[in-house]
Amino acid sequence: MAGLELLSDQGYRLDGRKATELRKVQARMGVFAQADGSAYLEQGNTKALAVVYGPHEMRGSRSRTLHDRALINCQYSMATFSTAERKRRPHGDRKSTEMSLHLKQTFEAAVMTQLYPRSQIDIYVKILQSDGGNYSTCVNAATLAVIDAGIPMRDYVCACTVGFVDETPLADLCYAEESGGVSSLALALLPRGGQIALLQMDARLHQDHLETLIEAAMTACKGVSKVLDEVVRQHLQEVSVLTGE
Amino acid sequence: MATVQVSEAEKVYILHGIRDDLRVDGRGCEDYRHMEIETDVVSNTDGSAKVTLGHTAVLVGIKADIGKPRPLVPNEGYLEFFVDCSANATPEFEGRGGEELGTELSNTLYKVFNNKHSVDLKSLCICPGEHCWVLYVDVLLLQCDGNLYDAISIAIKAALFNTKIPRVRISTDEEGGKEIELSDDPYDCMRLNVENVPCIVTLCKVGHRHVVDATLQEKACSVASLIISVTHKGTVTCTRKVGGGSLDSESIFEMTELHHSCFTLSESIHLLSRPGSGWSSTST
Repeated sequence: MAGLELLSDQGYRLDGRKATELRKVQARMGVFAQADGSAYLEQGNTKALAVVYGPHEMRGSRSRTLHDRALINCQYSMATFSTAERKRRPHGDRKSTEMSLHLKQTFEAAVMTQLYPRSQIDIYVKILQSDGGNYSTCVNAATLAVIDAGIPMRDYVCACTVGFVDETPLADLCYAEESGGVSSLALALLPRGGQIALLQMDARLHQDHLETLIEAAMTACKGVSKVLDEVVRQHLQEVSVLTGE
Repeated sequence: MATVQVSEAEKVYILHGIRDDLRVDGRGCEDYRHMEIETDVVSNTDGSAKVTLGHTAVLVGIKADIGKPRPLVPNEGYLEFFVDCSANATPEFEGRGGEELGTELSNTLYKVFNNKHSVDLKSLCICPGEHCWVLYVDVLLLQCDGNLYDAISIAIKAALFNTKIPRVRISTDEEGGKEIELSDDPYDCMRLNVENVPCIVTLCKVGHRHVVDATLQEKACSVASLIISVTHKGTVTCTRKVGGGSLDSESIFEMTELHHSCFTLSESIHLLSRPGSGWSSTST
């Protein structure tokens, strides 16, 4: 990728977007009938499928039961054909385990778990095609799936990955930008109150730029939340037409 | 497979219904559920297909890679199967729960394709003894409602039909070493002949009758099942009995007769393929 500029002089990125432009988000809810809630979301070329089972009785170790709230159990996995190089193990490696923990942390902040003590909510996310922004696509898909399952949440959880290049924050990174040495920051936001559910960055960034980057991430997340809201309302309309209300 | 709890009364109801050729969802004993096949679903694979058979959904992605041929057959490529029973299908498959079923399914697939006629492996050879195409067939189980073998075999056939393998040119450089060049044109590719790719038909013995395309509930009432993989010409490539009960030999012969009448399914499968647009459905 030598010679390809992540941000050209005219302000265009590798795929022709401007610095603050998000990729196209397309989503569908209720794709599987057997699960309690399911959703499929595409953010550019990254495709994620989220499935929610629950709330149901604790499975497995009863000792993990929480007496006053529900336990959220997440699993993140990638299809073996999702990346350019074929992935040998779909889940169980360190990266997937870390992502699962992040998802759990994110949704514990948003789902109203006190309403379901001693029970368990399972959220399973599968990446079908990976082109950068895996974590954010997962969170967005899982939000829709939790809504489809009818589990009450405080607010939508929207996530976005932003990067910093040439003094400019870039919103919604694709794989080429993520691997091109950009300092990337992942943010999960509850848009109405501006509450941050998860903030993660593991690259070098000067502290003067941190605030600009977080602001850019929050704006991008608010943009995503508008799209998700639109998807939910449309799905509700379709469903109510079918049930004759 | 993922199991459902079926009460005794429900079992009796299902058994009596099947005895009179009427299943719970109104089908006859030899009818398949509504099937939808869609190809070209995942864009960064060389071939892909998604099959929905009632509530069972399977996604297959094929990636072609250049590798070294097996020592015993230096002028053939090969296929590698991997079945991923994901937690999406049922929470029992979380973590390592789905590994056992996945291994069983992929071992059966190896047996089904382990013959000279299903896929023309010689066309996958680039340079005998040194380079060949290896097709990694990855099966992803999205939803599980019985009859996994059939859905998987149909999806693999559709995905192999959809696979585009780029053409290669071998050139020798100055020191005599071989260089492989892939053509730059994305449309300059080789397609596979999938006429002889077998389809698997599963028959479950419920009571004294045999049913095709059993749902999980019917499977819970059945004694054992027989899977036969058959090509459209009628050649059988693999036969297997699965399940905890025992079958007597007359049952097996009856089932084989029934399989003959069901293999017309495999004839119609490879005629249907249309590039899909995301997850919009195309039905058969």
